[in-house]
Order: sequence, then structure tokens, then C-alpha cells
Amino acid sequence: MVNLREVLETNKMVEEQTLDVRTITIGISLLECIDSDLNKVNENVYNRITSVAKDLDKVAKEIERDYGIPIVNRRISVTPIALIGGAACKKPEDFVTLAHTLDRAAEAVGANLIGGYSALVSKGMTTADEMLIRSIPQALTETERVCSSVNLASTKTGINMDAVRLMGDILLQVADLSKDRDSVDCMKLVVFCNAPDDNPFMAGAFHGVTEADAIINVGVSGPGVVKKALESVRGESFEVLCETIKKTAFKVTRVGQLVAQEASKRLGIPFGIIDLSLAPTPAVGDSVADILCEIGLEYAGAPGTTAALAMLNDQVKKGGVMASSYVGGLSGAFIPVSEDQGMINSVEAGAITLEKLEAMTCVCSVGLDMIAIPGDTPATTISGMIADEMALGMVNQKTTAARLIPVIGKGVGDTVEFGGLFGYAPIMPVNKFSCADFINREGRIPAPIHSFKN
Amino acid sequence: MEQNKVIITVVGKDTVGIIARICTYLADGGVNVLDITQTIVQGYFNMMMIVDINSSNREFAQLQNELEELGNEIGVQVKAQKEEIFEKMHRL
Repeated sequence: MVNLREVLETNKMVEEQTLDVRTITIGISLLECIDSDLNKVNENVYNRITSVAKDLDKVAKEIERDYGIPIVNRRISVTPIALIGGAACKKPEDFVTLAHTLDRAAEAVGANLIGGYSALVSKGMTTADEMLIRSIPQALTETERVCSSVNLASTKTGINMDAVRLMGDILLQVADLSKDRDSVDCMKLVVFCNAPDDNPFMAGAFHGVTEADAIINVGVSGPGVVKKALESVRGESFEVLCETIKKTAFKVTRVGQLVAQEASKRLGIPFGIIDLSLAPTPAVGDSVADILCEIGLEYAGAPGTTAALAMLNDQVKKGGVMASSYVGGLSGAFIPVSEDQGMINSVEAGAITLEKLEAMTCVCSVGLDMIAIPGDTPATTISGMIADEMALGMVNQKTTAARLIPVIGKGVGDTVEFGGLFGYAPIMPVNKFSCADFINREGRIPAPIHSFKN
Repeated sequence: MEQNKVIITVVGKDTVGIIARICTYLADGGVNVLDITQTIVQGYFNMMMIVDINSSNREFAQLQNELEELGNEIGVQVKAQKEEIFEKMHRL
């Protein structure tokens, strides 16, 4: 039987160290909704989502109450809409009607966000894929809960540079349409290399075609718990440090496993995966950068940061894998700038640059995340930054992503407020030299060789 | 009969009759106490009870709310949570 010390430890994690379950995400296949009539597709999609996820909010609240563990978000991911709308949509505006339907369905079931306004174009774009991509600016401006993602590259196929070039333009259009709100709609758009089919985290969640009809995926959190545990082993060896991270990750993940199994049972939907990610929030003490400082860096971004992050990420996985029956999704430490107070402090102290962040994305998930850049950054430069991130994922056989926010009308030295869980971000300087001639080439970068690994 | 175990934790400033009042409430509610651990650290009262609510005449949510209210009256924090969260986190 459990003892008093253990019970108090668990409750302290929740009350003082911001332990929570970051999201319960229901993945829903919409393949059965396909129809050549646009109104019919919209009707099918709405009915399918609102019937499968009707009890999502109720069940999440019950689990919170029964176990005393906060569940921050309820979310839905769906089959990439480029596939669902392809037969019915004749122009980008037709796809936007589906975005509105997703938004209404998410609102009806009490989901904070719905992901899957997506296209998978790592090798080539179908007509429908390209129409969906071109509809993204309007779709994100006119909806509240819809999140969009585009898979631009993979280790097996290489990088679709035509799509990379297009996304530079699209991102600036999204930024421009929400320029009176610090270009916030860019938060709802992410591009990937090697996008996972079962990611529960936004903005990149979609329900891949390799998945079943419906599935429960859960994302755990807990940077604050890891930070607190490491405070007790200051000055100790790497062995002690790593063991402490592993044990803590195990405990945190077990909570996620319990919540996932309960949600699965109560909703009657099979359990998919736990995403073992350290997901920070702007709350004090809920920061991945603060863990890096506790490990021994003055600021995240100092020399040694990449090594410290690689170690942290690996130990979290080693502890978490044992705690869960199925692990998937992104599973790694997130290093967003705006959502992590320690990371914001690093930027403000001049300790971290975009180039260092890029290096850090080689050893953890997920990529250049929630980074505000000057609004006058050229589209080709944005595409160049995206291409770099795609190349890291492609060559290293891992997921990488870019969620950049070009803030129209603002420049280096300014700050943007995103509100709530999204925090605020100082605008970071971008390398001024051009890559336009590189980006303007047509076609794709071939898949890399899978031997000769140096 | 299968048990439905709940962990009740009481944390707060020590005062006379905390256990008595909580146990009286539980007895009224048909809740069976299986185990009690209690300690006082620097004047702060820490208690954990393992109880079985299977034959209770109250719904779990009602039990949670009434225990919280009782805690407020006494001046301590009372929480009731299903046992699995602790069992899962601390036991293989």
C-alpha cells in the first residue's frame, strides 16, 4: 500500500511543481466522410467529430476530479483535410468551408483546438494539397480553434523545395492577415519533416492514415517536477543526475498512462500512445530552460547547452518508456521560446541565438518553435530557415518542425504578447544575407543516402 | 467484495479533534477506514487515510465536496483522490 510520504510527494508535484497532463487528444479518422459534394462532406465531418468526441470534455473533467490531476487541454486531431476535401473542393475557398466546420465541431464538444487542417507533401503536391495550402491564410484568420500543419520533407523522400518556397509566402500571408494582433495566427501553423501520425500536441497534431478509426493520445508534461528533483542533486555526478531525471520522468509518465487508460475506458476509444514530452508553459518553474540552468548552465544557450539538452532528452525517454505501454508522437523536450520563461530570459540576456536554437533541435523535439522574427523578413529567408530545419530532420531521421512568427510591423527590440499558455516573446534577429537564388530553384532535394553516416 | 479505495489527505495547522471530526463524517457516510497514518512536522498536521467507499451512501463527487467543506470549517485542507494515481506513480 502507498505511504504518506509518497502521497504527499505526488500532491506536491501537482500543487507546487505544476505537474499536469498537458492534453488528451482524440484522433479521429475522417476517411469515411469523403464525398464529391462539398455540403455533404461538411455535414459528414461535423457529425463524425461531434459523435466520436461528444463526451471528451465531460470525461476529462471526471478524471481530473477523481485523481486530482489537472488536464490542461482537450483536443481533436483529424485525417489531413487535403485528403478529405480533395474530391469535393474545386478552389481554396471550398477548403475554408471545411475549416469552419472543424471549428464549429471543436466548439460543440468543448475542445480547445482541432488539428489536421493539413497536407502531406514531402515528395509532391496534388492539386488538392496545393489548394489546401493556399487556403491556410484565410482558414486560420476566419477560425479560432483550427490548427494547420504541412509535412514538407522526410528521410525517405527528401525535401519538397517547391512546397518549402510556397510555405515562406503562405506564412507571411498568415502574418499579414493577423497583423493587428501581432501576427498571432502564425502560432496555429507548423511545418514538419518526418511528421508523426499520432502526435497529440498542437499545432502539429493530425490523425495519420496509418491510424485506426479513433484513438486516444495523451501528452504529459512536468518540467517543474524535473527541475525540483534536480535541485536536490546539485554538484553530483552525471550518473546521479541521469538517474534522477529518469526516475522523475517515470513518475510523471505513469500519471499520463493512468489518464490515458481511464480516458480510453470511459470514452470507449482505444488507447494509442503517450507522448513523452517535456512541455513548458510560461508559468514560473515550468520551464525546460530552467532545467538546463539547474544542470549547470548560466543561461540556456551557453556552450554546453546542446550536450545538456541531449542528455536531458534521452533520460526523459529512458524513464518514460518503461512507464508506458505505448510511446509515440513527438516524445522529446520542447524548446519553444515564447512558452518558456527561462528561454525568454536567455533571449533577453543575449545568451541564445537562432543558430544555437537550430543546433539544439538536432538533439530534441521538435524544432524552431514559437520564435518571433522581424515582420520584414523576406519570404525566401523564411523558406531558407524552414529548409535548414527540414534538412536536420531528413538527415538525422527524426522529426523536426518550424513554427515561426514573422510579426508584421515589429522588429528586433520589440516584444509580442500571445496571451495565456502561449506567453510573450522578444523578436529575435535573423541572418540578413540572402538565400533567394537557392530557394527559387524548382523541384526537390533528393532523399539522403542511408549509409556512410558521417 | 471488491474494494474501491480512496486516499484522503489532510494537511494544515494542528488543532484538537481533526481526526475525530473527519472520522465522524466518514462513519455517517458509510465509508470504511482501512488505514490511517499521521505525523506532525513543525506544527503542521499531515494525515493520510486509506478508505473504502464501496458501501458508502454518498457519490464520490459528493464525498469530495463535503470533505473539502469540512476541511474549511476545521481550517485544514482535505482532499480525496482515487488510490490509483499514487499506486501507479510509486509502484511497478
